[in-house]
Amino acid sequence: MIDQPGWDLLADLRLLLEFHFMQNALVVGTLVALLAGAVGYFVVLRGQSFAAHMLSQVGFPGAAAGVLLHVSPVIGLVVFCVVAALGISATGRNLDAGRRSESAAVGSILAFALGLGLLFFRLYRGSVQGVYGFLFGTILGITDRDVTVSLFATVVTLAVLAVIARPLIFASVDADVAEARGVPVRAVSITFLLLVALSVAVTVQVIGTLLIFALLVAPGAAALQLTARPWLGLTLTIALSLVFTWSGLAVAYFSGYPVGFFITSLAFASYGLIRMASFARARLIPA
Amino acid sequence: MIAAAAFSLNPAADAQAMLAFDFMRNAFIAGSCIALASGLVGYFVVLRNQVFTTDALGHVAFTGGLGGLLIGVDLLAGLFASCVAVALLMGSLGGRGRGRDVAIGTVFAWVLGVGVLFLSLYTSAAGTNNSVVGISVLFGSIFGLQATQTLVAAVAGLAASGALLVVARPLLFVSLDPDVAVSRGVPVRLVAAVFMILVAITVAEAVQAVGALLVLGLMVTPAAIAQSLTSRPYLALAMSAAIATSAVWVGLTLAFWFPYPASFFITSIAFLGYLATRVAAFGSRS
Repeated sequence: MIDQPGWDLLADLRLLLEFHFMQNALVVGTLVALLAGAVGYFVVLRGQSFAAHMLSQVGFPGAAAGVLLHVSPVIGLVVFCVVAALGISATGRNLDAGRRSESAAVGSILAFALGLGLLFFRLYRGSVQGVYGFLFGTILGITDRDVTVSLFATVVTLAVLAVIARPLIFASVDADVAEARGVPVRAVSITFLLLVALSVAVTVQVIGTLLIFALLVAPGAAALQLTARPWLGLTLTIALSLVFTWSGLAVAYFSGYPVGFFITSLAFASYGLIRMASFARARLIPA
Repeated sequence: MIAAAAFSLNPAADAQAMLAFDFMRNAFIAGSCIALASGLVGYFVVLRNQVFTTDALGHVAFTGGLGGLLIGVDLLAGLFASCVAVALLMGSLGGRGRGRDVAIGTVFAWVLGVGVLFLSLYTSAAGTNNSVVGISVLFGSIFGLQATQTLVAAVAGLAASGALLVVARPLLFVSLDPDVAVSRGVPVRLVAAVFMILVAITVAEAVQAVGALLVLGLMVTPAAIAQSLTSRPYLALAMSAAIATSAVWVGLTLAFWFPYPASFFITSIAFLGYLATRVAAFGSRS
């Protein structure tokens, strides 16, 4: 993109941090990776990948509404995602149950939400690049205010997650026993969905509404293939997510191609490799 | 869109003013055929619980269409080829139980990521202001259809509708009671494969009308409305097609007179209809 990277890693790093937009992108990218890793592990553990998918798509009209009303897109994202999370909780049913009428309902809502996002962008007369930015992520155009809002959302989310982590694991692994032991299962699951909403709102800025699934779900799924121990799995998920995001940002910066492509490719490749490895192990080493 | 004549309360004059434009006539011809196929095929998509397959095919269509442009063949050829190929692949992998949503989701997030790469490669290679291409694939460009594209859309839409009506009886049987269908000698696998190809063709069609991201609004929402209104299959099938067609007609008309995107109007009208039936169903139950 600007200068060619060499084998001197330190010089490359200096090149990477030369511009202010890239510093912002790396700060937000790191926050995104921390959040997506921590929350994503539980998303996979609880089998709520579809709810995460839905929340991220609702983020598109949210971001567009934020731009339209001249507040930060992050604020629009947070509002829309939180409302959607409350809506999902209020129906009281498990979205991932995959019942026919519910998947039709969700599909209808998704199409409508994306159509609404298109309308908002037309009303704003936003640029084509702006639409692409929210759909697929961008490393340009992350403002200082976005960094502040993201930092705040990350700290709040991680703090709340740390508080509810133990009951959340308990409730995710065995909801009935947890309930009998006095864990407020419903409150914990609603809180968790709100956390997913906040993380999606922050993550969309880097990787975009359509590609968020890769960062939110693939590291967690890969970690769960490797270990069944919750804390180790959680750490592994965050580590994978950090590696994906940092390398994706760096490669995108030097090559000039979209960051979303590199992050999703890394996530997909690692997930595929780990799936193949565990498949091969199960075949070759009989239990 | 471009309202040359002022809107009046005389519907005949309005229709005349609207259809005086070539692009409006093309949009209505193509839109009707696409809506017919979407409504008919969509009914079985909902009945067979394949909403997410359809969503995934929409994602494939985006990457396929841009890939077609990138290697220099037509956008349409890329759309149709990629959708049919992936539909056959998914059909042959078949249903292997639950827990696949993570795998499918990761694959299709990656497919979209590849689409983004194609988009950026195509935009930078062509040099000119081509970045609108991506938006029109994602959100549809029904007012931009040329005469040949209209012809292809109309023929493919009518052919898909006709083929669906031919397999409708065995397909209904297979969808409602696969075990009995097998024992009665219905070629279940063949019927399922034919249906997947029809879904792929219809998705590739619907992408032109409402775009890759809003495919569900035309294929699933009308069918969901029809299913909540009646449980009689053939009636629901006809209603689904009728609802999809009217959503497209009303959406195109609104988009002509008001300066907002057609795909927004089409999906919103379908969604409002869906909300209304849900509220009515809820009211009659309590």
